[in-house]
Amino acid sequence: MATARQPAPEAAAAGPQLGAGGAAAAAAPEPLRIDLPELTLWQRLLLNLRAARARAYVRVVATGRELSWLAFEVAMPILSAAAYVYIYEALGAPPRYTGFVLLGGAMTAYWMNVLWAMASQFYWEKQSGLLETYFLAPASRVALLLGMASGGIFMSTSRAASTLIAGSLIFGVRYEVVSWPLAILAFVLTLSALYCLGMLFSSLFLMYGREAWHMSNALQEPVYLASGFYFPVRALGFWTALGASVIPLTLGLDAMRQLMFGAPDIAFLPVGWELLGLTVLTVVYFVLALRALAAMEHLAKREGRLTLKWQ
Amino acid sequence: MTAQLSIDVQSVSRKYVSKKGQEFWALRDASLQVKAGELFGLLGPNGAGKTTLIKILSTLLLPTSGTARVAGFDVVREGDRVRRVINMVSGGEHSGYGILTVRESLWLFSQFHGLPSKVAMERIDELMEVVGLTEHANTRVNKLSTGMRQKMNFARGFLNDPKVLFLDEPTLGLDVETSRILRSYVKRWLKEKPGRTILLTTHYMAEADELCDRLAIIEGGRILACDTPANLKRTMQDEVVLRVEVYPAVEDASRLAQLPGVLRLVPDRGQNGQQLLTWGLKDDGAIGTVIQALQQDGVRILRLEKADPTLEDVFMRMVGRRLTDGNGQATSS
Repeated sequence: MATARQPAPEAAAAGPQLGAGGAAAAAAPEPLRIDLPELTLWQRLLLNLRAARARAYVRVVATGRELSWLAFEVAMPILSAAAYVYIYEALGAPPRYTGFVLLGGAMTAYWMNVLWAMASQFYWEKQSGLLETYFLAPASRVALLLGMASGGIFMSTSRAASTLIAGSLIFGVRYEVVSWPLAILAFVLTLSALYCLGMLFSSLFLMYGREAWHMSNALQEPVYLASGFYFPVRALGFWTALGASVIPLTLGLDAMRQLMFGAPDIAFLPVGWELLGLTVLTVVYFVLALRALAAMEHLAKREGRLTLKWQ
Repeated sequence: MTAQLSIDVQSVSRKYVSKKGQEFWALRDASLQVKAGELFGLLGPNGAGKTTLIKILSTLLLPTSGTARVAGFDVVREGDRVRRVINMVSGGEHSGYGILTVRESLWLFSQFHGLPSKVAMERIDELMEVVGLTEHANTRVNKLSTGMRQKMNFARGFLNDPKVLFLDEPTLGLDVETSRILRSYVKRWLKEKPGRTILLTTHYMAEADELCDRLAIIEGGRILACDTPANLKRTMQDEVVLRVEVYPAVEDASRLAQLPGVLRLVPDRGQNGQQLLTWGLKDDGAIGTVIQALQQDGVRILRLEKADPTLEDVFMRMVGRRLTDGNGQATSS
């Protein structure tokens, strides 16, 4: 079957042929230049705060609208913790071990959130076509990640607090708080470092696609072990615990256990060192997250990875 | 007074490389100029390069070579500024978070553009009215029908009152009435907001014809022609367009394409045994030859129409196949 007549060369080569009636042929159009001043620092801050608040809002709203999490994300950690509680009781471990386990069980909410709702989020949003909507807007991508993180912290805190309160009542946990301010500081620094790690992961997972996404699965359980969610991490030995400290929950849990249960004998490191370590991790992960985000965005635009469609 | 260019694309090419190292050129040396205030259409089949061009212009994709400016800003070097003046609606795109209501969802996207909440809410109310979503304002997105979601996506594109709006197949999959409402709003918006520009991609000929001040026909990553719909159709004035619906489908269309006076024949793939054959003829004299040949073939003529040329005919003449028929192939003398 013969093919159709090819486009006329002049048509194929046709560059811009301006306007009906060719009015523009007489007067060559000039590039439009909209008067668009650089945003001031305040305007930029306001734009990004609005974007972060909006992105956080999704998760805050989800906490109140989908109450099914109460069954899965409060009951399940308590059940997991219960197994360890009864093992410790059977072995005659000191009562504070019940508290250690429960604290670890509560903190699983944050680790799960970082893995599944931070690290994998950009990848999922790319799959669903939402990512390009983010990248089309003038708001900074960091603002979106910070919004995602703060919403995630709210969401996870409601889960962790529910687990902690319910578990404390069920198992009769007794707290011997050494210092509330330091305990709160340890908690805040743990979350800061952890969510900065989540921000870093979100860029890496997007860059490396589905293979990296499977890392969420691969990382979940081993980190429970390596970070000592259900036992003092010192039991792993100094060097293993030190290696595991790249996950902020290792140092954070150890510091919080020392500060909330008055247990210096189980310490991996003195609290001061652990707080310093968490601060360093926060800074390092934040800087790496910014760099990874910039690299990811450039790579994604260069290789067309922001979207799924080719054409 | 000279017109001002809202979009200026100069020799833009875009290459993709697959994981196996295979190269695919989605755009080849494309040049295009769109004046402020225009509704400009990109017309081409799937895979022609329309979406690639829009993604480059909306800073989502880097060109492999060439330069492009939107509202005077370079899309590579001044992406931040470009993003402050544009928005985009893609047909069939994901609508956001199912757990949010329509109003919340639109508010969410307005915040990414930095709109104060009060201003955003006023616009959201207006836009929901336009697209007929007011009574669903507090319905969760995951409870909306596909059409309603698409209406919401459409409204999202106008939230930040963009200077340049990219509409990428905005009515894809929508029913006739909804499409009509959206098209009518597009026209109204441009009228009410002088200086705003819309770049529309579509493979619906009627939509392009109805809406666009000018349009470019794009195929295989190349821009084949660029003019007003009327001027493009005028290029067909030297031809007679004849459409014949037959039953059963002809077995050998190439013979019918070789008849005297036939410039081109584009058969469709046929449905339920029926087939639409579209001829480009040199003059009316060839009509009789065509009918005679069909009768000799023993097919029954169900409908015969000597038609005014449409954009589809222009497309078929340039590309050699129907816009909507990825596999259709033309035959010619």
